[in-house]
Amino acid sequence: MASTEKAAGVTERAAAPQDPDDLAGLEAGLDALDATQTVRTPIGQTLLRKVLPPVTAVALVLVVWQILVWAEVAPPYKLASPSDVWGEVRAAWLQGTLLEYIWTSVSRGLLGFLFALAIGTPLGLLVARVSFVRAAIGPILSGLQSLPSVAWVPPAVIWLGLNDSMMFAVILLGAVPSIANGLVAGIDQIPPLFLRAGRTLGATGLRGARHIVMPAALPGYVAGLKQGWAFSWRSLMAAEIIASSPDLGVGLGQLLENGRNNSSMPQVFLAILLILCVGIAIDLLIFSPLERRVLRGRGLLVSR
Amino acid sequence: MATTTAGTAEDTTTARYAARVEHVSKSFPAPGAPGGRQLVLDDITLDVAPGEFVTLLGASGCGKSTLLNLVAGLDRPSAGAIGTDGRPALMFQEHALFPWLTAGKNIELALKLRGVGKPERRQEAERLLELVRLKDAHGKRVHELSGGMRQRVALARALAQDSRLLLMDEPFAALDAITRDVLHDELARIWRETGLSVLFVTHNVREAVRLAQRVVLLSSRPGRIARQWTVDLPQPRRLEDAAVAELSAEITEELRGEIRRHGQH
Repeated sequence: MASTEKAAGVTERAAAPQDPDDLAGLEAGLDALDATQTVRTPIGQTLLRKVLPPVTAVALVLVVWQILVWAEVAPPYKLASPSDVWGEVRAAWLQGTLLEYIWTSVSRGLLGFLFALAIGTPLGLLVARVSFVRAAIGPILSGLQSLPSVAWVPPAVIWLGLNDSMMFAVILLGAVPSIANGLVAGIDQIPPLFLRAGRTLGATGLRGARHIVMPAALPGYVAGLKQGWAFSWRSLMAAEIIASSPDLGVGLGQLLENGRNNSSMPQVFLAILLILCVGIAIDLLIFSPLERRVLRGRGLLVSR
Repeated sequence: MATTTAGTAEDTTTARYAARVEHVSKSFPAPGAPGGRQLVLDDITLDVAPGEFVTLLGASGCGKSTLLNLVAGLDRPSAGAIGTDGRPALMFQEHALFPWLTAGKNIELALKLRGVGKPERRQEAERLLELVRLKDAHGKRVHELSGGMRQRVALARALAQDSRLLLMDEPFAALDAITRDVLHDELARIWRETGLSVLFVTHNVREAVRLAQRVVLLSSRPGRIARQWTVDLPQPRRLEDAAVAELSAEITEELRGEIRRHGQH
């Protein structure tokens, strides 16, 4: 800086106070330059990007399937044709049993999932916050996730008999570890800064758990719920396939097992398709929107 | 928590200081250090008067953030006593806003935790946002705001605690130079309007001189008060002011002397 300017600065310092409006204008300008705009993609583009690819994939699978049937790579009793499976769907629909199969399993699965939620959430909180509990059962809880839930079916049948409570027991053993572990991971990943900020604001103890810890852990918790549902559904199917009894009603697992007993390949395919579709549908209708909502609200969703 | 260990700061209306630090030392366990403990702060005595703006200046390792944490009540001193006029508000280098809440709701949470009733919360949050010139930001998500806007919301949230003392831990260090300069003006204005006491930690000498009535230089390892300057330049000041530059040069020279001492043994 030139010495003359420097001298001028000294004498004019007091004489040149900032105009408050000028500061406001400066700040408004900075804000406008800096602020990031979040734009939501139009619906047409969403359809093109999100719906078209899976539809294409499904169509492709159907075409390959039909070609394999025409080529007779396997005898018809082993490889049912798409039209046979479709016939099976129609028949079940016309008899009115299709929705019954689905509802039997879905209602069991969701009810079991809700039980798992009610047990897994406080369990996760305990493991995350009480170091003795974490040291005691943390590793077991993680280990349980890798234990296939089919393994629980034989003991559950022996302890509880062939009834709905046995199904629920298997679902719980499959889903509770996922839900609890998701919450533990969510709590472990809370940046310590949030906890410090919460404490300086006076959020300690229960108020801290409610206003800081639980909302901060939500993304991990939702991921745990999503996995918990997948485990619930898988456990339930394992239980339904192995434990069949007239008292239990026909769910999708039994439908599959009945198809095998009747040597009806179209019925087996139908059951597998329905199990897959229900799993996908619940995820798409409940868990994915929930997860996206949580992540978008926090600016954690990277749009591609 | 009001760390009124000194026991004289209970009466908030007639408090003679916003913060009183008396012969405070702090050491942390450190295997390998003599005695197994590393002394971070050594016999610090410092008062912040009501309405005073004090900056704590020092190189890294001088324990300035540790001292701020002690005053905030987030940690306890190993020796000595700290008294504050009510629970101080604290602002960090990172904005520390909660991303699951909107800007306005962040402020309203602070009000709620302070016990403000629901009907007044919204109004008070609007007022505070207007004070930091962000009156349209109430419904904005944190990630939709720029760095400077986030720090202003964080300032509004700290003000929502209605403390007499605002502690600031390098709150503008992560901002670009232009935004930082504007926020200096903004903080100076809000300080004048609210009559708050501010204890501001920084390693930026010009920033310290630009803002403070008093600059406290800490030496490093352990942190001791090396020297203090009273800055009686008139506000508003500018970073470019010759007088600011002159005092900054003097303080920088002293700071470098402190740092040089560590290279000598």
